[in-house]
Amino acid sequence: MSEPRLRILMAKAGLDGHDRGVKVVARALRDAGMEVIYTGLHQTPEQVVRAAVDEDVDAIGLSILSGAHMTIFPRILELLREQEAEDIILFGGGTIPEDDLQELKRMGVAELFTPGAYTQEIVEWVRENVGEKAAGGSAAPS
Amino acid sequence: MLKDRTLEDDYRSWRESHPPHNRDWDFTTLSGEEIAPLYSPLDIADESYTRDVGFPGQFPYTRGIYANMYRGRLWTMRQFAGFGTARDTNRRFHYLLSQGMTGLSVAFDNPTLMGVDSDDLRALGEVGRTGVAIDSLADMEVLFEGIPLDRVSTSMTINAPAAIVLAMYVAVGEKQGVPAGQLTGTLQNDILKEYIAQKEWIYPPRQGVKLVVDTIEYTAQHMPKYHPVSISGYHIREAGSTALQELAFTMADGLSYVDASLERGLDIDSFAPRLSYFWNSHIDFFEEIAKFRAARRLWARLLKEKYGAKNPRSWLMRFHTQTAGVSLTAQQPENNIVRTALEALAAVLGGTQSLHTNSMDEVLALPTEKAVEIALRTQQIIAYETGVVNTVDPLGGAYFVEAMTNRMEEGALEYFRRIEELGGVLVGIEAGFFQREIADAAFRYQRELEERRKVMVGVNDFVNDQPIDIPILKIDPEVEREQIRRLQELKRTRDNDRVDRTLAAVRDAAARDENVMPYLLESVRAYATIQEMSDAMKAVLGSYREPAFV
Repeated sequence: MSEPRLRILMAKAGLDGHDRGVKVVARALRDAGMEVIYTGLHQTPEQVVRAAVDEDVDAIGLSILSGAHMTIFPRILELLREQEAEDIILFGGGTIPEDDLQELKRMGVAELFTPGAYTQEIVEWVRENVGEKAAGGSAAPS
Repeated sequence: MLKDRTLEDDYRSWRESHPPHNRDWDFTTLSGEEIAPLYSPLDIADESYTRDVGFPGQFPYTRGIYANMYRGRLWTMRQFAGFGTARDTNRRFHYLLSQGMTGLSVAFDNPTLMGVDSDDLRALGEVGRTGVAIDSLADMEVLFEGIPLDRVSTSMTINAPAAIVLAMYVAVGEKQGVPAGQLTGTLQNDILKEYIAQKEWIYPPRQGVKLVVDTIEYTAQHMPKYHPVSISGYHIREAGSTALQELAFTMADGLSYVDASLERGLDIDSFAPRLSYFWNSHIDFFEEIAKFRAARRLWARLLKEKYGAKNPRSWLMRFHTQTAGVSLTAQQPENNIVRTALEALAAVLGGTQSLHTNSMDEVLALPTEKAVEIALRTQQIIAYETGVVNTVDPLGGAYFVEAMTNRMEEGALEYFRRIEELGGVLVGIEAGFFQREIADAAFRYQRELEERRKVMVGVNDFVNDQPIDIPILKIDPEVEREQIRRLQELKRTRDNDRVDRTLAAVRDAAARDENVMPYLLESVRAYATIQEMSDAMKAVLGSYREPAFV
């Protein structure tokens, strides 16, 4: 098991205080052996991206239950591009209606999980998608 | 004595001849409490009817706070509503009132809940999204246009800036010619559960409590019909707590407000009759009913015996209930109508004074008008068709219900002891005690779901692949632009010197540790914005950042 540990930034942005989901997912990722950094609540997109770059993470997991997803996800993608940090994968979750979900994926959000998602499903997705990228794009099994 | 021994013997021989053959299933409550296969008089042998249960309307009020309960007056059907601009929400209020709703309940958007104006950068994308955007008295005037505040009672779900919003409500009353003393309704104003669960704060916890006491004191003097705090378990439960934690943490918060008000020098009977509670009604039917009954008895006992309140109205735990948002599923959303109906029935059998039933689509977005109508009809069906209102506390005396009620009360007392050992609620918050307990419970439940030890129909069992196809309420992005235009127009046209003077007075009052309410009222009348007022206080009271942990 010499595989480098994945580093994931779990983030809450905007004024939204719902942190049940983000904490459950953070714990599940940590239990799965990943290094998890949690931003805490009420972060601006700028703070989230700065933390992601400073902490040199492989991915950002953004949780939004405030209805502001169509503003905050695109803003974070834009800031990642500005920082030339597009190798950091952005995924997320929350109460996001299907139409918005499809549009966000088109914009470049790698995956979105909605209410009822299993933490195991999220762990596996991160391992498969973030894991590959972290290993330098190699699809070789570890 | 002889009779009891006989009953025990009978029970033993019955059990021996009928050994339980259980399915392979975890017979625990939603909160993980072990449940026995059968309850009998043996389980409540220590209970005294007069001491522990009593008649409704009599101490300790286990069976209800009124002698006649729903035969006298039905609960208030109060649907929480708010989205977009004040104009949009005002229209929804008029619609709901026309459909038989009997009280209003305002949902504010996130910027308002955080004391942030709509034109602030932090509000970007959140204006009017999950509630109505209120920046100043100008918006409140529109929100209540055509709604007579002397006749319709209004509940306002706002916490960190609650004192400001209360001042706005008083000012709208003035404009309608309704004096403060005639205003009825409830301010949520439970800041402790914000630090514990809902996480919408401005000031540090101790300063937050000071503002709550300011409103308790102000309403005790000027607004005798108004409920200044709705001590809320709802959000604690939604954040993942068990039923027992909801009961214990919430009541510990309530006792903290009582202590802080007594420290201010208020007489217990001058404010306790106007404290009220707000509970979650989750899907485990009997656990919830037991929670409501235990809460009522516990509050009565504490207020009478520990605090020495003399006025029986101080002993009454009046409460609002909302069905559990977290019990709803995005999958097969129509099933949510059934869940909500069962949860609402538990609230009614638990003796609630008012009720909000969630709409089936709320797990996806704010509810559509159709979904809200079904939710309201659900309450009307319970009230007018099922017959459960015909007698008071129909479940009183049921062995299981009484035993569960006793267990809830004992469990809460045990938590109170732990909280006291920690040094009280504020110390517990600062140490992350409550936050950790809740996160642990949420994680435990998620694991039970994933291991299929608990079932959510349509999520981890009885799944189908049909796409979720119900109409979704969309908030037009134009709402944000329109609200910002209105706000900037207001800032140009109001008397800005007067605004500045009144804001300075708010700041000075906070610095002198005086009650800020009268000063806020002056600022509100001058059309200062919610952010201007909360910033004025923040300059003195400071701000808060939660220690982030997973």
